[in-house]
Amino acid sequence: MKKKGFIRNLSVTLVMACIGLMMILPIVITFTNSLMTEQEIRGNYGLVGKMPDITQGEPSVFVNLKLIPDWLSFEQYGNVLLATPTYLFMLWNSIAMVVAIIAGQTVVSALAAYAFAKLRFKGREGWFRVYLMTMLMPFQVTLVPNYIIADKLGLMNKASAIILPGIFAAFGVFMLRQFMLSIPYALVEAAQMDGAGHYRIFYRIMLPLMKPGIAALIVLLFVDYWNMVEQPLIFLEDAFKQPLSLYLSRIHKEAQGNGFAASMVYMTPMVLLFVYAESYFIEGVQMSGIKG
Amino acid sequence: MKRVRFRRREGLVAVTFLLPSAIGFALFYLIPFGMGLVYSVLNRTVGGSFVGLANYQELLNSDSYRKAVSNTFWFTAVNVPLMLVMSLGIALVLNRNLYLRQFLRMAYVLPLVVPVASVVMVWQVLFDWNGSLNAWMHAAGLEQIDWMKSAWARGVISVFYLWKHMGYNIILFLAGLQGIPRDYYETADLEGAGKWRQCYGITLVYLTPTMVFVVLMSIMNTFKIFRETYLIAGDYPHDSIYTLQHYMNNMFIAMDVQKLSAAATLMVIGIFIIVALLLRLEKRYTQFME
Repeated sequence: MKKKGFIRNLSVTLVMACIGLMMILPIVITFTNSLMTEQEIRGNYGLVGKMPDITQGEPSVFVNLKLIPDWLSFEQYGNVLLATPTYLFMLWNSIAMVVAIIAGQTVVSALAAYAFAKLRFKGREGWFRVYLMTMLMPFQVTLVPNYIIADKLGLMNKASAIILPGIFAAFGVFMLRQFMLSIPYALVEAAQMDGAGHYRIFYRIMLPLMKPGIAALIVLLFVDYWNMVEQPLIFLEDAFKQPLSLYLSRIHKEAQGNGFAASMVYMTPMVLLFVYAESYFIEGVQMSGIKG
Repeated sequence: MKRVRFRRREGLVAVTFLLPSAIGFALFYLIPFGMGLVYSVLNRTVGGSFVGLANYQELLNSDSYRKAVSNTFWFTAVNVPLMLVMSLGIALVLNRNLYLRQFLRMAYVLPLVVPVASVVMVWQVLFDWNGSLNAWMHAAGLEQIDWMKSAWARGVISVFYLWKHMGYNIILFLAGLQGIPRDYYETADLEGAGKWRQCYGITLVYLTPTMVFVVLMSIMNTFKIFRETYLIAGDYPHDSIYTLQHYMNNMFIAMDVQKLSAAATLMVIGIFIIVALLLRLEKRYTQFME
């Protein structure tokens, strides 16, 4: 009986591990390929995007997906980090924008979330629904008016055209409000009995309890804005102001080999942050989901 | 009397908490949305005059708009339930005492944090006409498929979507599962309910709030899949993956503000209906639980 359970457990684990390996395969491929020489990459993937040549009859030439490099080489990293200053420049743009957005949105939405979760005021549900709706709307919906507003405020072609809307996006409010709902209201009442005002309650009680929620928000915002493509494409014409995500999407056509190294450089901060904050992140996401 | 005064004071406090968010939110989201609404019934952006629903009529007559709407609708309609079933299934399995549980959970969540642009290249290597998937199919004696330039593109984008966002939902479901008290199952056991009956009668019922949340997040993420599609296939991808966001983006580039605004307004109405339905559903179930 016990043995049967063991075998079953083992086989389920194996199946799950296979799926799990498939999930991380693209990351593994990117990593191992980033250690190949430029030449090897070109040899392997030169065919990507080429039209099938009908004159040669049956098209049967394929790219050569390789996991193990012939020769360990840091050539691509050298190209990305040392030989091409543009990458570093754009990496810096990415960092500056994302940090500003995360800092701003966390503060602004923690405050608003407290009001939505723990304070009673007229029209609370209605306003929250408005926030919820804009959160769901794709960026393109308010594209033109946003463009005009950015123009009127003199933000065009400036990083603030990306940062300001980012700070006031509704997602943070939604997420932190959900998280705060899972903190019992009795805590607020008890603190009020002791004579604490709402500012004090927010700062001294809620903020410390909200650590996992804030950690989860930071990771999710980092993921989202580290990734942004549409906004900078429209608001930042000047290539020197654009983030690396934009450049990365073009790089495949220009320099395939460097693409893998640049991709690694680009995903590393994300992955490190995630590994570092994993337990907080997962707890935060869970708490915000429990209340529905 | 005293209570009323207290409430009002709380309202004032609430205003100070909300103000920073509300100002920015109004400036960058509400006002733009209102402006969009106005543009959608004018014939020109600057100094235009009221033309009623003419823009909407033109929009609805446009083939590419109808294509975009139906693609977006079907993408959501197919993938959100698929996402729900798959992530719930995996969460149910992961909830048991497996070996390597920690590692497995990590593997499923990791794609969420990997920037799309970083793995687009791998995606292209896999799904190109000359790509690896076709190489394997060729080796197996199957016909090559032009993944990104045929109706298969829909499937490829679906896989990308599931790959990227499943981890998040698995975390949510795992939390939901742990929130169900053990003794419910014990009682059910005593009363002779089978495993399936328990799953159906206890697990699924008590997961309803989590499911509403998962559906909400999944819908939001299907709208974001544009980014992935755009990175893989550009401005004009294959017909089968041409979504509303492509349409709006292209209208923007073409400076067709009227059509863009009308399309945006219709999309907002659509989202409004979805949110209203979901919230109603949630209310019904949470009422039933308490």
